[in-house]
Amino acid sequence: MIDSIYIAWQYIRFNKIKTATLIACITLISFLPLSLQLLLGESERQLMSRAVSTPLVIGDKGSSLDLVMNSLYFSDEVPELIGMEASERVMESGLALSIPVYARFHTRGNPIVGTTLDYFDFRRLKVAEGRNLAVLGDCLLGARVAENLGLKPGDSLLSSPETLFDLAGVYPLKMKVVGVLQKSHTSDDLAVFVDIKTTWVIQGLGHGHQDVTNLSDPTLILKRSESNVAATAKLYHHTEITKKNIDSFHFHGNTSVYPITAVIAVPYDDKSGTILRGRYLSRNETLQIIKPEEVIDGLLQNIFRIKNVLDAVISVVALATVLAIILVFALSLRLRQREIQTIFKLGCSRLTIARLVSAEIFIIVLTSGLLCGVMILVVNQISNGLVRMLFIR
Amino acid sequence: MINIEKLHFSYLTGDFHLYISKLNVEKGEKVAVIGPSGSGKTTLLNLIAGIIPVKNGNIRVGETRIESLNDAQRRDFRIQNIGFVFQDFELLDYLNVIDNILHPFRITRALTLDKDVRGRAAALADKMGIGDKLKRQTNDLSHGEKQRNAICRALLSHPKLILADEATGNLDPENKDRILDLLFQAVDEHEATLLAVTHDHELLKNFDRIIDFRNFQSKEAV
Repeated sequence: MIDSIYIAWQYIRFNKIKTATLIACITLISFLPLSLQLLLGESERQLMSRAVSTPLVIGDKGSSLDLVMNSLYFSDEVPELIGMEASERVMESGLALSIPVYARFHTRGNPIVGTTLDYFDFRRLKVAEGRNLAVLGDCLLGARVAENLGLKPGDSLLSSPETLFDLAGVYPLKMKVVGVLQKSHTSDDLAVFVDIKTTWVIQGLGHGHQDVTNLSDPTLILKRSESNVAATAKLYHHTEITKKNIDSFHFHGNTSVYPITAVIAVPYDDKSGTILRGRYLSRNETLQIIKPEEVIDGLLQNIFRIKNVLDAVISVVALATVLAIILVFALSLRLRQREIQTIFKLGCSRLTIARLVSAEIFIIVLTSGLLCGVMILVVNQISNGLVRMLFIR
Repeated sequence: MINIEKLHFSYLTGDFHLYISKLNVEKGEKVAVIGPSGSGKTTLLNLIAGIIPVKNGNIRVGETRIESLNDAQRRDFRIQNIGFVFQDFELLDYLNVIDNILHPFRITRALTLDKDVRGRAAALADKMGIGDKLKRQTNDLSHGEKQRNAICRALLSHPKLILADEATGNLDPENKDRILDLLFQAVDEHEATLLAVTHDHELLKNFDRIIDFRNFQSKEAV
């Protein structure tokens, strides 16, 4: 009976440091290109599927990539703001469904996306628990947000201030969780949706406060005339929208110029899409209309170009590692000449000696393979979030 | 047990030359081989064991003519019929005591490792006084214990012939006598033949016969 695996295992166990170093080298050199491939595949899937399903995006004439990343994936990079009239312009054109998006604010690390109910129909998002948005101050959670924050309908959520030290800035708004969306495995799972008007309240463009016409405290009144009452900064502003105070919330000025980050335009047909795109080609036009698929395709081409460079670097490192491992085994065999001579004298054939060494290599490679497999499985499990972290946020 | 006739041997390089016209060792004999370094003692053991192929002359061990065997046959013959004990013990440091004893059974198809062999290995180790150290790594053993471990390995397959190359060379005087006693006991119990190379003239009195390579004229050698 030749027990090569047992003897090889004993040798490997005895030489723990050498074995661990070899396993680490082989594991890392296999894991790097595989994980990179996996992450790029996942990023391509995530980025492209959403881009393909979003026909047109209208936004300010700045970076088209920032515009797409923010309006489709709610990235932290906020493009230059545009007015709500951009959305009304699309609607009035009769060429496309217009969905305004205002993705600027955050709550506990998750983007707050202000939009209209059309967005949920367009993305085919269904409410899994609770109900859809109905009144100002309601919020609807993406599935992962609800999971991560442990929230359910009936709970509340505070918006995060944009700057911590701006005392005159916007106060956090306490939003009421009214529902949780079904998992969609897209960026929508990681967002908190509110009505577009709620985002304006968060920004401070709309607010609710004590009724100034019935104020008895004179320190709250700055100036009173027959048609107007000017209040002091001491006036109490509501930081939560409730049934009791909802009527006190109001917006000053023309909401058509209120900010949004983008408009998603869903043309009714190809022809309408082409006509709509044409309307934004004028040199004097302040807005741009883009096809997200083209922007993401360009981004992916750049990423894959970088990946090719990385592949080349990894190939060289892998070759060097393999040569180093061969050298380690060759030196190890030289050091083990006496041992080999002994087992040869005992009656072992050269073929069996080769089998013993092969068994050692087999165990090391197998262990590295298993370790690499486990690491790849872990990366696969977290690839969704990792891709967001690496390529989107 | 061993019959050598007209044996000529020289290495490809160097001016070493070994010639033995006739040498006989009877079954059950304990024979010491002495002589200066480089006189060919170890070479003779290697030729008898079939480690070095015989090119000129005849070596018969029992009924087997060593010079007529090919490489694989010599290996099988060696592992089944010969027990080797080396000066530096030649134990494998990554195996524990019991695995070192069982090692020959794990590296060839000519021997079968079964429950009976494992039992015999443990009993043999017990008899050699290392029965309580079976799971110890060999690095943790004293020189005497290491040599006892090596003797167990050599004896486990019940070899007809035990070749000991300076088996006591690395041991202190007390251990030398003890190991030699154990080796002799084991040889008697297994009805084996012992051919032992030694430099230690104090031990010679224990052997049945001495072959002196200095002149290569032991009383029986021609």
